[in-house]
Amino acid sequence: MSTPNTLSSVPARWRGLVLPVAAVLLWALASHLRLVNSALLVSPLQVLGTGLDLVTSGQLWLNLRASLLRELTGFVIGSTGGLVLGGLLGLWPRFGRLVGPSFNTFKQISLFAWIPLISVWFGLGDVAKVVFLSLAALVPVVVNTVDGIRSTPASLLEVARVYGYTRWQTTWHVVLPSAAPSIFTGIYLALVYSWLATIGAEYLLVAGRGVGNLLIEGSEHFRMDLVLFGMVTIGFVGWLMNAGARALERALGRRLGR
Amino acid sequence: MPMADILIDATATRQRPAGPPFWQNLLRSAEPFFLPLALLLLWALGAARGWISPQVLPSPQFVWETLAELATNGELWTHTAASLQRVLVGFVAGSLLGLLLGALMGLSRSVEAYLLPSFNALVQIPVLGWMPFVLLLVGIGEPLKYILIAKAALVPVTLATLQGFRQAPQNLLEVGSVYGYTRRQQVLEIVLPTALPTLFTGLRLGFTKAWLSLVVVELVASSEGLGYLIVYGRQLFQLDLVMAAVIIVGALGYLIDRLLDAAEARLAARNGVRPVVEGGLL
Repeated sequence: MSTPNTLSSVPARWRGLVLPVAAVLLWALASHLRLVNSALLVSPLQVLGTGLDLVTSGQLWLNLRASLLRELTGFVIGSTGGLVLGGLLGLWPRFGRLVGPSFNTFKQISLFAWIPLISVWFGLGDVAKVVFLSLAALVPVVVNTVDGIRSTPASLLEVARVYGYTRWQTTWHVVLPSAAPSIFTGIYLALVYSWLATIGAEYLLVAGRGVGNLLIEGSEHFRMDLVLFGMVTIGFVGWLMNAGARALERALGRRLGR
Repeated sequence: MPMADILIDATATRQRPAGPPFWQNLLRSAEPFFLPLALLLLWALGAARGWISPQVLPSPQFVWETLAELATNGELWTHTAASLQRVLVGFVAGSLLGLLLGALMGLSRSVEAYLLPSFNALVQIPVLGWMPFVLLLVGIGEPLKYILIAKAALVPVTLATLQGFRQAPQNLLEVGSVYGYTRRQQVLEIVLPTALPTLFTGLRLGFTKAWLSLVVVELVASSEGLGYLIVYGRQLFQLDLVMAAVIIVGALGYLIDRLLDAAEARLAARNGVRPVVEGGLL
């Protein structure tokens, strides 16, 4: 591995950029020389132009805001519900035995398979989408909350017993702090999942505005530039959420002295 | 998943000196079924009493009859076969490519440095984001489904393979170098065996993702398959068909997951700890 070769001659920090830059250059060249005679081969500049148009006309912001608003509503409802349900499942043994197996079966069914039923029950509008997003956010929060509570070290519980903690004290001072990192992970996943579900909901419950609708429009009108710009936007927002949630997770973790 | 009641175990074991009597044991093992039974009863009762309109929620008998009819007239099998074929082709293609990519990056730091950032950037775009792009490129036929399902499987397999190839213990590698192992021997006899459990976890996760995207892809664009059955029923407002198809999708997904879980547990039992690999929804 230590043998010097041409691959290792590029400075380390630039290596990740080589492939994307090469790809874009190749793409630009291909569209410039019209290597493929198809309306689908748009040039990088065209995509950039479409993007600028969407940004300056306010279209992008309008769609993005609609998507994000929906996502956050679903995320807040879903993760609050998830915390309650997960807490009950983890802390209340009888409830866990009664409801746990049913929940585990429920989460096996692909979330998207529920969409047709949701659309019958709640229509195609924002209500249906928020219901779906809440479900998407609920599942990871429940799973990780229960996991966190269940994996409280037995030695800590032993100590609490020796000190004669009440059940309430044990829960508040021992179980919850030890479960906190796992609960954060659940909330973090909920944020990521609900963004994915937002795109899915816009796809399958087509009505109104949203970033997903931009994509659908582009695909229906054979506008590859619109599709590509929409993809980049979705990826970028997803990445921002990922990075933001990770930073928040770390900051909270530090505050709790971990 | 066994229900380990840690709070009870840790704080209240003293209050239960002897084992619980027989009937209490029986009641405990029946507990998981209370909630589904209660819901089913409520559903049946609501349908029978006319509390719920059959257009909104058909009666359980009706769904059951539809399910039986689908099974006897052979439709169930053609749709299930179509779905299974798609998921298999996509999964095999995606995981082979994932194993290759992951192994390349796992074996060479410089390949990783060149590839991984681009890979991570592309991964940020979910399957549904790729769909319109691929749709414009290859049309709405079978290749669209294969590509999207393969992409879904590719991501976890690649990441798990990369992780697996990197976790060979340093001391083992040192032993290898003391014995004068060639690079080839080192990979085949140290790196690969320690990577196996993680590879399998990646494959399992890949299959779960492939199954999830199968449903999504079929919901959006297909003319046969289980997802299509759901959409078809929805369009005709035949909710019994929708629910029957959802039940089949759930049951199949559950079954496959259990099978892979059992296989993975067996593998893990032979190799020690079960690896943790980060997953995602789609």
